[in-house]
Amino acid sequence: MTREEIIQPENLVYKKPTLLNDEPMHYCPGCSHGVVHKLVAEVIEEMGMEEKTIGVSPVGCAVFAYKYIDIDWQEAAHGRAPAVATALKRLMPDRLVFTYQGDGDMACIGTGETIHALNRGENIVIIFINNAIYGMTGGQMAPTTLIGQKTATCPYGRDVKLHGYPLKMTEIAATLAGTCYVTRQTVYSVGAINKAKKAIKKAFQLSMEGKGSSLVEIVSTCNSGWKLTPEKANQWMEENMFPFYPLGDLKDNSTKE
Amino acid sequence: MAKFKGATVVDTNRCKGCNLCVVACPLHVLALTTKNVNAKGYPYAQTVLEDTCNGCSSCAIVCPDGCISVYRKKVE
Ligand SMILES: Cc1ncc(C[n+]2csc(CCOP(=O)(O)OP(=O)(O)O)c2C)c(N)n1
Ligand code: SF4
Repeated sequence: MTREEIIQPENLVYKKPTLLNDEPMHYCPGCSHGVVHKLVAEVIEEMGMEEKTIGVSPVGCAVFAYKYIDIDWQEAAHGRAPAVATALKRLMPDRLVFTYQGDGDMACIGTGETIHALNRGENIVIIFINNAIYGMTGGQMAPTTLIGQKTATCPYGRDVKLHGYPLKMTEIAATLAGTCYVTRQTVYSVGAINKAKKAIKKAFQLSMEGKGSSLVEIVSTCNSGWKLTPEKANQWMEENMFPFYPLGDLKDNSTKE
Repeated sequence: MAKFKGATVVDTNRCKGCNLCVVACPLHVLALTTKNVNAKGYPYAQTVLEDTCNGCSSCAIVCPDGCISVYRKKVE
């Protein structure tokens, strides 16, 4: 069998989702953001919600998310995406409304908006990219930075006495009455990517069923900020991030009435 | 013998040479170019073991930039 015989339209088993357009993404080579963008686009396509989805993009590396996924978008001021999403969803309840936020955006400057939107049980989804660092601005310490982790602003490693403890927003979200689905996923392997996709789909579906707020944390890499190759960044994440940010569902009310 | 034959098509100008597909392929079908770079100056993924691919799509699934399309045909 020749290569030409295999490369026929009827044999196509994987291609990037159509919603993810051909605009080259500005993310660093190997950055987790790209994988999550693909998953979001795939899920929206599978749900047939291309014309009815509104994303709220953050401040951070994903600020340009609106350039890559061909749905409606609203850009929010730093950390304010859950407040903007609240308004969008209340005004247009038939729309699928989600925010896409980094840890600097969502777990630092936007902590207030995030907790209150989740606690109010707004029918929105927050996709939370936790790479334990401020990527866009050059790798500064974030609230999520691990103890001992070196960043541009804690070059000797995060010191609890000086910087306090890493913040687990997802654990907090799980305690809030307004949330229906809270999960922590990652996208570093084929298996993990499939699971993360299912989680995003479930969260999107629950928001359309009016079951309350969902938070999907994706433990991610920022290989540029971490100063590692993409491959080494995945290993570092597995060894250091997963023990502190364990993967899996923290809350699932999907079967409750 | 593999029951399926596969082939990958890489959008070489979209590729950023992150190497994650190379690592993800269980059959070591892909490698980055060592001499050529694309229009953006990145080395890019290419098929080096053409006959080996079974179309499992691991490379394409992990690709952060959606550069890889995969084809799969059953061996008669
Ligand atoms: C009001 C305001 N304060 C600070 C900044 C600077 N700033 C831009 S992005 C960013 C943090 C981004 O980090 P994160 O949300 O973790 O996203 P990442 O870039 O890692 O994906 C900060 C502090 C800003 N743009 N606006
Ligand atoms: S700086 Fe980090 S988070 Fe931003 S695109 Fe690069 S790898 Fe991704």
